[in-house]
Amino acid sequence: MDDRIVISTRDMVKRFRTRRGRVTAVDHISVDVRRAETFGLIGPDGAGKTTSVRVILGLLRRDAGESRVLGYDSMHDVYAIREHSGYIAQQFALPGDMTVLENLRFFADLHGIPVNAQKKSIAELLRFAGLTEFASRPAGRLSGGMKKKLALACSLIHQPEVVMMDEPTLGVDPVSRREFWNLLGNLRIEKGTTIFVCTPYMDEAERCNQVGLIYQGRLIAVDTPAGIKRMVPGSLLEFTPSAFAPARERVAGLPGVLEIQTYGAMLHIFVDNAARRQAEIAAALQAAGIACSGMRAIEPRMEEAFISLISRQKAEENVKQDD
Amino acid sequence: MPRSFQRLRALIYKETVQILRDRRTLMLFFLLPLIELFLFAYAVSITVTHLPTAVVDQSLDSRSRDFINAMVNSGNFDVTVGLQNEDQVLQAIDAGQVKAGILIPPDFGRQVARGEGSVLILLDGSDSFSVESGYNAASSIAQRYSLNLTVESVQGGAAGVSTGLPIATVTHVMYNPDIKDLVFILPGLIALIMQIIIVTNSAMSIVREREAGTAEQLLATPARPMEVVLAKLIPGMGVAILDMAVILAIGIFWFRVPFQGDIALLALLSVIFIISGMGLGLVISAVAQTQRQAQQLTGLIQLLAMLLTGFIYPRATMPLWTRLIGDLIPLTFYVRIIRGIMTKGVGLTFVWTDTVTLAVYAAIVLVFAAAVSKKRLD
Repeated sequence: MDDRIVISTRDMVKRFRTRRGRVTAVDHISVDVRRAETFGLIGPDGAGKTTSVRVILGLLRRDAGESRVLGYDSMHDVYAIREHSGYIAQQFALPGDMTVLENLRFFADLHGIPVNAQKKSIAELLRFAGLTEFASRPAGRLSGGMKKKLALACSLIHQPEVVMMDEPTLGVDPVSRREFWNLLGNLRIEKGTTIFVCTPYMDEAERCNQVGLIYQGRLIAVDTPAGIKRMVPGSLLEFTPSAFAPARERVAGLPGVLEIQTYGAMLHIFVDNAARRQAEIAAALQAAGIACSGMRAIEPRMEEAFISLISRQKAEENVKQDD
Repeated sequence: MPRSFQRLRALIYKETVQILRDRRTLMLFFLLPLIELFLFAYAVSITVTHLPTAVVDQSLDSRSRDFINAMVNSGNFDVTVGLQNEDQVLQAIDAGQVKAGILIPPDFGRQVARGEGSVLILLDGSDSFSVESGYNAASSIAQRYSLNLTVESVQGGAAGVSTGLPIATVTHVMYNPDIKDLVFILPGLIALIMQIIIVTNSAMSIVREREAGTAEQLLATPARPMEVVLAKLIPGMGVAILDMAVILAIGIFWFRVPFQGDIALLALLSVIFIISGMGLGLVISAVAQTQRQAQQLTGLIQLLAMLLTGFIYPRATMPLWTRLIGDLIPLTFYVRIIRGIMTKGVGLTFVWTDTVTLAVYAAIVLVFAAAVSKKRLD
């Protein structure tokens, strides 16, 4: 096996038994994450992000396929994985009655770091996370953003080669999110740590080297953020119509229109040729008595690509069901 | 092994901090048991004084009035109504107007002088604790009073009239012939409260952590499930022992319940009881998904414990299947141990079977708990 590959799964499957029968939460997922890479698993709620991470870490039983972290099997070498990786669960709840310092010591002890070595690494991590002056504050009384930073610091206490994070910035303000991601960037540059992160935020997905798009337990695309955006057909036009619903209806029938997405009060139209279709659409709308302002061609962002890929997947599934 | 020790130490430190720094947990551990103890002890069994009492004095002489005065002066009886006959007293008790009746037959003074005095005391047996205190008070007053009489008659020069107890109090306990008392209730009560604390806390500490998400986080560290569980049990055990000592001290010094046996033996056997209670809590935590479910389950167990363990109702009269359900609760065995040692002052030879059973129980629940404490979430 390529020793540059830190996390790998092959046809990984996880099923849950529910009252309505067996549900496949993770459906034959195959992924390779290389050393020092930041891999983002993105997908809507309930797509299987959390379950995937848990299976890879050996927190849930795997039903079929393979999954390895640093070459250790998720099912059989659980403790080897737990010793060499860090994890921030979605519901990361630190003992709130313990201070920042006590929390770091707690995790250091759990990872068997000798007491005399703890002082230096804890001081380093406090500096890294910008928590030095809060060392004696109870973790429960930190702000949301600082809690996440402490969580990160705790998961890094044993200098793991790989850190897995499940929506680590959920419910955190944009400034703190940015700070958190800057920390992750530093971590990758300074220590070469491999990062596997689940996120519903598209701007965070943009910061990853590789993005996996998961939908209904299946990985429907894996590529760089740029590559994902290239998967979207054609180019994108954006404008604000004076009458929203009629404009949408009118545009849908026009030649060269591949897909329509709504974006607030704006319409995002995927077309085969932006330059040619822009004038046609404007003319057609004008003929229908609809004014449109600010029409321009834009680069599709992760968000548009994400929605486009998922709606295509849905369409394919409907076709399959009809067969 | 040293790494395992380091992890265990860290986990124990965390649990201890969580107990000591959280005011709610502290109250749960230390205040709640005291409240329960006082509520139970007073509500269940406080010596009842000032029983509303009906008097039927068919003698109406100086001695009958003296006797009634003595009864009233004792503070146990308040004469609220004077009636004509026994039937009226029974009616008054049935109607709930009075809890007790004192009936003095005609010719009381002369009978006392002959050493044959008798008084009928009627007590409302539907309230067993009123009965108990009424019974005790009435017989001791009758005794004291008759001794006074004896002395008085001797001093009056009519020596040799009576040397025994001239008044025989005939006490009829209606409705509820077996009488309970604080001396009997309190050891069982201590056991019951201890079980509430132990089972609830061991179950809740695990379920709470699971609900908060800390459990998953800990699971992703090298900490072994058994270390996590052990780290919860050790400080919990310390707290339980402390609680036990405080409650026991209150029982002995405040409620004046005598401790007849060997306190060291009770301490030793209590440790086995605490372990088995914690094991039961672990079993509950394995079954319950949420704190609410855990609370409901512990509540159910407490109810069963009150009914089926012999804490209140004697097990000897129960059908086999309810006794078997009672056997699933550690209190069943411990209640006999603590009563045996505390009230009867017996040694290990008398509580041997219960001790062994309790130890086996502890072993079984711990093995079960170890089997269900998983290294995974599912």
